[in-house]
Amino acid sequence: MLKTFKIGGVHPPENKLSKDRKIEVLSIPSAVFIPVAQHIGAPATPVVKKGDKVKVGQIIAQSSSFVSTNIHSSVSGTVKKIDFSADSSGYPKQGIFIDVESDEWMEDIDRSETLVSEISLDGAEIVRKIQDSGIVGLGGATFPTHVKLVPPKGMKAEVLLINGVECEPYLTSDHRLMLEKADEIMVGIQLLMKAMNVDKAVIGIENNKPDAIELLSEKCKSVAGISVVALKVQYPQGGEKQLINAVTGREVPSGALPIAVGAVVSNVGTAFAVYEAVQKNKPLFERVVTITGKGVSQPSNFLVRIGTATSELVEAAGGLPENTGKIISGGPMMGRAISSLDVPVTKGTSGILLMKQEESKREEIIACIRCSRCVSVCPMGLEPFLLMTLGEKQIFDRAEKEKVMDCIECGSCSYTCPSNRPLLDYIRFGKGKVGQIIRSRKK
Amino acid sequence: MSITVVYTIVTLVVIGGAAAVILYFVAQKFKVFEDPRIDDVEGALPGANCGGCGFAGCRAFAEACVKASELGDLNCPVGGNETMGQVASILGLEAVKKDPRVAFIRCNGTCDNRPKTSQFDGATTCAIASSVYSGETDCQYGCLGYGDCVDACDFDAIDLRAGMGVPLILDDKCVACGACVDACPKNLIELRKKMPKDRKVVVACRNQDKGAAAKKACSVACIGCSKCFKECPFDAITMENNLAFIDSDKCKLCRKCVAVCPTNAIIELNFPPRKVKPEVEVETNS
Repeated sequence: MLKTFKIGGVHPPENKLSKDRKIEVLSIPSAVFIPVAQHIGAPATPVVKKGDKVKVGQIIAQSSSFVSTNIHSSVSGTVKKIDFSADSSGYPKQGIFIDVESDEWMEDIDRSETLVSEISLDGAEIVRKIQDSGIVGLGGATFPTHVKLVPPKGMKAEVLLINGVECEPYLTSDHRLMLEKADEIMVGIQLLMKAMNVDKAVIGIENNKPDAIELLSEKCKSVAGISVVALKVQYPQGGEKQLINAVTGREVPSGALPIAVGAVVSNVGTAFAVYEAVQKNKPLFERVVTITGKGVSQPSNFLVRIGTATSELVEAAGGLPENTGKIISGGPMMGRAISSLDVPVTKGTSGILLMKQEESKREEIIACIRCSRCVSVCPMGLEPFLLMTLGEKQIFDRAEKEKVMDCIECGSCSYTCPSNRPLLDYIRFGKGKVGQIIRSRKK
Repeated sequence: MSITVVYTIVTLVVIGGAAAVILYFVAQKFKVFEDPRIDDVEGALPGANCGGCGFAGCRAFAEACVKASELGDLNCPVGGNETMGQVASILGLEAVKKDPRVAFIRCNGTCDNRPKTSQFDGATTCAIASSVYSGETDCQYGCLGYGDCVDACDFDAIDLRAGMGVPLILDDKCVACGACVDACPKNLIELRKKMPKDRKVVVACRNQDKGAAAKKACSVACIGCSKCFKECPFDAITMENNLAFIDSDKCKLCRKCVAVCPTNAIIELNFPPRKVKPEVEVETNS
C-alpha cells in the first residue's frame, strides 16, 4: 500500500500530455520584461537604470530585506526602461525592460555540462550563495529558499523532504527535470542537506512517474542518507504540509511552519537551481516551463529565460489554438488565468496551460445540497461550505475561528462541488480579509 | 375541591408578592441612570441605522450627541441640517450647518466607452474580481460593474443599470451615508457637495495611467492633459498622477472645463441643454 496524506484529497484526470517531451531550450526572445517582485516578501530594488548594458546573470535588482531575493538579468543587452506592466497577478507591477543584443554571460558562470559533485563550501557559505543567486521555491510558492534553510531559534531541522510529486494535472516540468538532470539534483540535495546540517533526505514522487522513481532510487544507492518514497497519486500531495504528512506521518500544527515538526520541504527544481548556483556559479535566471493543453499542437517542456513573454512560448508550441477559452499560468488546480499574452515567465511559472473554450467554462452555480463532499476532500480538515458562507456574508471573526487561515487554496472543494459553487473564490476573499485583520492587530 | 382552589390562589399570590418585592429591590440596587435626552435625540433621528455618521447606529449616535459639548464633528448625513437642528434644540446646543453631500461614481467606462478585453467568470462580486485581477477591460482603475455598492446601499439609491457596465446613483434617494464608498474596492465613489438642482461638473475617471494608455483602454478616460486645470477660474481643479480632480467645494459650475476636455472625461449633469454653438466647437476640436 502506497503512502499518501491522511485526510482529504482528490484525483483529477492527470493529462500529462508533455511527459515524454524532452526539455528543449527556447530561443532567446528579442526583449524581456523582468518584474522585481517574483517572490514572496519585499520586492527587490532595481540597481540598473535606463541605457545600462547588462550581461546574463548580472544582478539588476537587489533584495531589500531578509525575506526577499535578488533578481538577475536573464539576457544580455540594454535596459530600455524601468516601468510597470501586468504580471500574472493581473495588475501592473514594477519591472525592468531589457532589449536583447547578444548572449554574453557573466565571466564567472561555468557554462560547461560537466557534473561537479565535489562540495567545497561549508553550510553557511552555501546559504549565502543561495541567497545571492536569487533562489526561491520553484514549485510555485516562490518563498526565498535561504530563509527556509535558517531555522528560527530553538528549532532544529531533522529531515529534508524533496518534492518531486508534481500533483498538478498537465504539468511535467519537474518530471522531465528528474529524468534529465538526476545527477545534478542529487548534488543539489546534498548541498541543501549540508546547508541545513541534516543527514537525512527523502524524495517524494507520485506513482504516476515510475521512470523517475526508478532512476532516482538507482542514484540514491551511491549516496548516503537520501532515499526515494513512491506515493499514491493524490492531489494536493505537493502541498508542503500534505507531503510531510504523507512521507513522515507527522502533522504540522495549525498556524505553524513545517520546521515545527523538524521538516523542511524543497522542490526538485529548487534542488537543481541550488546545484547550478553553488557548483556552477549560475544564478537563477531560467527555469523549465511546461506549455500544454488539449488543443496545443506540440505540448512541450522548455527551458525559458525569466522575463520571456508568454506569447513566445505559445508560438514555440505551435501557436495559439483557435478555440482557446482560457490561458492559465500554472496548473489547472492552482494556476491563475491571465488576461494578456504579454505576461512574462517568472520564477514561479511552472507551466502555461491553454484550455479549450468548452472545458474552461464554469458551470451554472446552483444551491448547496449539503452533500459535504467539500468537507471530505479538504486536505486541511476544514469546512469549505461554511467558510464560503462566512466569506459571502463577511463574518470574518467567525471565519478566523473556523481556521480560514489554514486553507492552502488547493481548490479541491471547488473541483468536487456537484453544485459548482465558487467555494475557493469566497474562501480566498475571506482569508485575505482575515489576514488583513490579523496584521492590523499586530501593529 | 374548593379548598384546593383557595390554596392554589393563596400560594400563587404569595409567590407573586415575594417576587415583586425582590425584583423591586434588585431593580433599585442595579438601576442604571440613562439620560432621558438620549431617547429624545434618538426619536428625532431618521432611525435608518445606516452608520453614515460613523457610529454603530442611531442610538450610539444619540449617546454621542448627548455627551458632546458641541455638535461640530457630529453630523447625521441622512437627516441633514433639519434633523441636526432638532437635535441641537433638544440639547440646547448650537446647530452647525453642513453642506449636504451626494455620492458619485467617478467612472464613465460603460460598455460603449470601454471595450472588454477579457472575460471574468468567477464569483460575481467586485471584491473578489478585484482580488483576482484588474478587471475585464484594460483600465485597472475603472468600475468592475458587479454592484458591491448596490448591495451596500440601504436606501435603494444605486441602480446597476443592466448592460451599461457602470451603476448609476440616484441623487434624490442618496443620503450620503458613505456605505458605497467603503464597499467599492476601486475607490471610485466620492461624496460631493450637493449642488442646486443636482447639477454636477465632475471628472468621471480615476485612470492614473499616462495619456496614451488611458485613452487606449477607454474612450472617455482622463489623459492628464491639464487643459481643464489651466482653464478653471476658481482653482477648483488639481492635477495628480495624470488625473484631474474637481473639488466640489470650490466648483462654481461654470462648465468651462467641460468645453476644453478633449476626451469628454469631464461630464456635466442635470444642466439644461446648451446652446448649439459651443457643442459644434467641441466636436470640431476632437
